[in-house]
Amino acid sequence: MTPADVVFLFLGAVTLGSAVLVVTTRQLVHAALWLVVTFGALAASYLLLTAEFVAWVQVLIYVGAVVVLLLFGIMLTRAPIGRSEGLDSANRPVAIAVAAATAALLVTVVVAGFREAYVELGDPPAGTSGQMGASIFRTWVLPFEVLSLLLLAALIGAIVLSRREIQPPGESSDERPTERPTGPGRG
Amino acid sequence: MDGYFGSYLVVALLAGLGVAVVGGAFTAGRLLRAQRPTPEKLITYECGVDPVGEGWAQSYVRYYVFAYLYVVFAVDAVFLFPWATVFAAPGYGAVTLVEMFVFLGIIAVGLLYAWKKGVLTWV
Repeated sequence: MTPADVVFLFLGAVTLGSAVLVVTTRQLVHAALWLVVTFGALAASYLLLTAEFVAWVQVLIYVGAVVVLLLFGIMLTRAPIGRSEGLDSANRPVAIAVAAATAALLVTVVVAGFREAYVELGDPPAGTSGQMGASIFRTWVLPFEVLSLLLLAALIGAIVLSRREIQPPGESSDERPTERPTGPGRG
Repeated sequence: MDGYFGSYLVVALLAGLGVAVVGGAFTAGRLLRAQRPTPEKLITYECGVDPVGEGWAQSYVRYYVFAYLYVVFAVDAVFLFPWATVFAAPGYGAVTLVEMFVFLGIIAVGLLYAWKKGVLTWV
């Protein structure tokens, strides 16, 4: 095994361990913070696979934006945040079975699809932003433009869903007290 | 320290050095300082007055839309990096420039909508 292989296995163990902690911790905020560790280790794995651009996108979008969104969601919906016992549901065995089945399916697909494929990693790296740019703007221009429509739909959907809360107090007739949780604890 | 892995090894070493400096400073402080805690010293510091209520408060849901806008525009901005590396290269030119501005224009419609709906005014 090369040093890169050892580091890759270590990162895989960190990813798996912190992902298990995300779903087993009783503190919702800790779950979000363990998710940072999971995403960070995943980003480091991408770096080791020389997918430089994807790795930094993982850091910017997932560690930066998505975790912030999750923390906002927790802060907005849980009034006293702390140790909550109600996070476990009786579906735990079913959930474990579904997770194991999904993992088995994904591993089977990857092994069946890429059994003989071998990529030489290292110099020059295969996933710099220059190469990503070349493949987006030479081959995948239409999906790229369609993505802007998807982002637009997400943006407008978020505004439509939260518009009632955004009006200044007293302007709408169905003004609700904003101190109340807006939904059964999400996050 | 050459090549792809070598250059990231430098990054990893520098990050480890940063962790070691901060951790070392805190450990040295813990070992050197006098430790005489009293109940008053253990109260959360809040600008000199005694803290009132819980530390965890619920925020207004209207702030969620700002976090959401941040996610959308982070995804948007990420695509500028690969574009910026290639659009001046031979073989791309004006078409690539226009493609990116179409992409930005479609998302700008969403920003216009947000502005019209008064989402962008800080309450």
